[in-house]
Amino acid sequence: MIEEQAFSDPARERQIFVGRALLASFLILVFTAVLIARYFDLQINQHQDFVTQSDNNRVHLRPNPPARGVIYDRNGEILADNQSVSNLTIIRERSGDLDELIENISALVPLSESDVKRFYKRLKRRRPFEQTPLKFNLSEQEQAILAVNEHRLDGVKVSARLSRFYPKRGLFAHVVGYVGRINEREITLIDPIQYSGTDSIGKVGLEKFYEDSLLGNVGSEHVETNARGRVMRVLDKVDPDSGSDLVLHVDSKLQQIAFDAFAGERGALVAMDIKTGGVLAMVSAPSYDANLFVSGISQKNYSRLLNSADNPMFNRAIQGQYPPGSTVKPLFGLIALDSKTVSPSTKIDDPGYFKMEGIERPWRDHNSERGGHGKGVDLAEAIIESCDVFFYKMGIKTGIDILSSESMAFGLGAKTGIDLPGEARGIMPSRIWKKENRGASWFNGDTINMSIGQGFMLSTPLQLAVMTSRIASKGKVIEPRLVKSIDGVDLITTESTQLTDIDPKYWDYIHQSMKGVVHSTKGTATSINRGLNYTMAGKTGTAQVVSISADEDYDKSKLNKRQWDHALFIAFAPFEDPQIAVGIIVENGEHGSSAAAPIARAVIDGYLNADSDTTNVGNLALQGLSVYANQ
Amino acid sequence: MQINDFVRTMQNPGGARRLSRSVNVDFILFLLLFLLCAFGLAVLFSAGGQDLFYVKRQLMFMIVGFVLMLGVAQISVRTMQRWAFVIYGLGLISLLAVLLFGVGAKGAQRWLDLGFTRLQPAEMMKICVPLMISAYLSKRFIPPTFKHVCWSVVMILMPTLLIVRQPDLGTAILVFASGFLVLFLAGLGKRYILGTGLISLAAIPVMWLFVLRDYQKQRILTLLSPEDDTLGSGWNIIQSKTAIGSGGFDGKGWTEGTQSQLSFLPESHTDFIIAVLAEEFGLIGVMALCTLYLLIIGRCLLIATNAQSQFGRLLAGSLGSIFFVYIFVNMGMVSGILPVVGAPLPMISYGGTAILTLFIGFGMLMAISREPKQMRTQF
Repeated sequence: MIEEQAFSDPARERQIFVGRALLASFLILVFTAVLIARYFDLQINQHQDFVTQSDNNRVHLRPNPPARGVIYDRNGEILADNQSVSNLTIIRERSGDLDELIENISALVPLSESDVKRFYKRLKRRRPFEQTPLKFNLSEQEQAILAVNEHRLDGVKVSARLSRFYPKRGLFAHVVGYVGRINEREITLIDPIQYSGTDSIGKVGLEKFYEDSLLGNVGSEHVETNARGRVMRVLDKVDPDSGSDLVLHVDSKLQQIAFDAFAGERGALVAMDIKTGGVLAMVSAPSYDANLFVSGISQKNYSRLLNSADNPMFNRAIQGQYPPGSTVKPLFGLIALDSKTVSPSTKIDDPGYFKMEGIERPWRDHNSERGGHGKGVDLAEAIIESCDVFFYKMGIKTGIDILSSESMAFGLGAKTGIDLPGEARGIMPSRIWKKENRGASWFNGDTINMSIGQGFMLSTPLQLAVMTSRIASKGKVIEPRLVKSIDGVDLITTESTQLTDIDPKYWDYIHQSMKGVVHSTKGTATSINRGLNYTMAGKTGTAQVVSISADEDYDKSKLNKRQWDHALFIAFAPFEDPQIAVGIIVENGEHGSSAAAPIARAVIDGYLNADSDTTNVGNLALQGLSVYANQ
Repeated sequence: MQINDFVRTMQNPGGARRLSRSVNVDFILFLLLFLLCAFGLAVLFSAGGQDLFYVKRQLMFMIVGFVLMLGVAQISVRTMQRWAFVIYGLGLISLLAVLLFGVGAKGAQRWLDLGFTRLQPAEMMKICVPLMISAYLSKRFIPPTFKHVCWSVVMILMPTLLIVRQPDLGTAILVFASGFLVLFLAGLGKRYILGTGLISLAAIPVMWLFVLRDYQKQRILTLLSPEDDTLGSGWNIIQSKTAIGSGGFDGKGWTEGTQSQLSFLPESHTDFIIAVLAEEFGLIGVMALCTLYLLIIGRCLLIATNAQSQFGRLLAGSLGSIFFVYIFVNMGMVSGILPVVGAPLPMISYGGTAILTLFIGFGMLMAISREPKQMRTQF
């Protein structure tokens, strides 16, 4: 080593070094120029693009969802409300490995298997950067735990939002309906901007019908977020407009009375305010808890509801179509009087059956075993005692064409136009109807069947209530309506117009006959007049569920209960100045008088005596109910 | 220097001169480094989320660094030359130790836990290698012969490959460059330089197939088209370019950078800190930093050309020019013209070992600047 150094030439060494150092300096300047050029390009030439990109990074337009309109009953009781709930949500784009994240979360708050399963399902149909809920309704303790750990759970957010709540649970499920998560089909139909902060939509009932009013207008805010999506500050905002509040005609106390009166039976009731057409109560029993659907119903609960033989999700009041049975007798009697095919003095003999020329099989009266209603039965008696033979004869004489077309004016065979989705139209048969739907001509036998509300004829409990109101008001066009006012503005009810020009004396005749059903000793619903402090008019009905051949007798002991006859009842009260009309069906209730009429009594008592002593009357009515039921 | 001395002498006759006579210190370099550190701390405060946590620790390292620098500056250049081989050997041993007992993070083993502190031996090699090669070549023919070049290459490649194994490609490249720069300054023949260039080119496919790990390949692919994976590996580079670009000419203002303050920018206090600076101080800030850097490098190269011994020249020259390589690699990768490798921005990025290593290097430079004239044997 030392020897080699002996050969070194310091001057040359320095010369070479200086040369190289100069070269290095030159290269350094060149490369510095490259760097400056690069930064110049980014910061000056492309500056505007990057400013935009930087703003897009940090500034987000966030929807500010409106509060959904609240639904009240006529007395201001809340039927549908919004509750603030905290949900645990994940923004997929901000989270790392999902399985790991969910595992970490489950160490902090309990997660059920179905929570996770449903989360993955929702994840598939989310929008980018959308918060996908994992767990709903966090408790305060869970919220606190998550808040402390949020920093190490990337993409996880505890978001407070308003969730629909139905304090009356099952009581109004068929009226108010429910909201649920927007599904794939709905997402293509809705305005994506209006729904940008909302993940639920009205699915059935008023929630669906008044969706546009209830939803409100979405607001927005520009927020600055950090890379984890956490909002640092709000830059500017437009407040949302809350949805409109609905006030219904429905009285929840009356609804409760009506619901309780069904006492576990299946059936439906519609009670209407005759003056306005407002629906005072609408029951379809059994019912279900509407809250189950709000945050997505579990598969187990859903299949339980769906597969129940009692079909609780079916709204019998507007969708259930039943033969109206004898409840159409007052209407048909009125039509026959008006068309002069019968008169108040017309009398027939009822041997218990009716034979049509050329037809072997007789039509029986329901009390044919007792030898019929005897000689000299007039229309009033035929209504009061529900004599079928009178109506067979009257039907044939009046004819299908008049019965059919006049009945339509009373709301049968057509949608009533109530403010609910999914209403059934029922069937008011006619010659044309039969041709189109059965491909056959109309026979007199069809008229005979129809004249006691059987055969092809079908109606919904709502249609029965509408028909009853129109009879009670002596032919006013009364249209059923659930919503009384939107945001405090009363819905304009069109001045009731007169349906037909029917002679007042015929109206009185029919009203008197219906009064006789409840108040005369031979009336079919006379059992409910005990203790009545007002006058009620009504009509019982029985509708066959299985057809019994003429040779056989209806023997309930041979049939299981699901094949028993349906019991029907229509009524209005007070007789002098009708205010309330009801239409009731009790499925497989057998007799209108024993199964359906007591429910009408309870409801009308509840309504007319509400001012004096609500609870007492309600109880009285219920006590009465059990008494009558035992008779 | 002379003017500076003169001014000091005028202001404080006797005192400063006595100080500068008895203590080896280059006041210009000292002043420039002081400014750089102050600038660095200001940027770090903002990059660290306006929290003093990183600033305090960095300041501590800087104070220790300045003391270390002044200490090293007092060591005679001959002593350094004599101990170069031992220091290099210790460095190699510690690199081996890292591979055997090292601790690490993110799949790499880089630190040696000494109980009281953690050391990054690879970082130290950035000085050890130029020190060794300078010592070796200064006693050989100039320009170096084929044999000496070969030995030098072996001495450079040994630590380089050990560092690649950690794996820490960024540091490995810088260590290799630091050794190669000594050869270059020593007058390495143009054939060798050309040859090295060709071998490097030829090495690319070999590296791709056998040496580079998947994540390292990904980084290179990301450089070519960061938009392919905006949320994955492309995220860093897109965010840093956005930060730089949105800074514009005069920046968004100190602590006002949205990209860094809202944590869109990854590694904002370490390798990507230049993006914070560029966003908040704009092109003006970048140019000011570059000017400061160039002044420091210029001062280093001046010290090198004025050095009394060949060893001092080579060491000072290589330390000065490698300083630029650090800067270029870091600013290049953050602005998206080089692949992302782990390379801090000198004196600005947070990181203890890197700061201390730099100060030791500058201490050596100060020692060289005051190297006494050698008795030369002339033939």
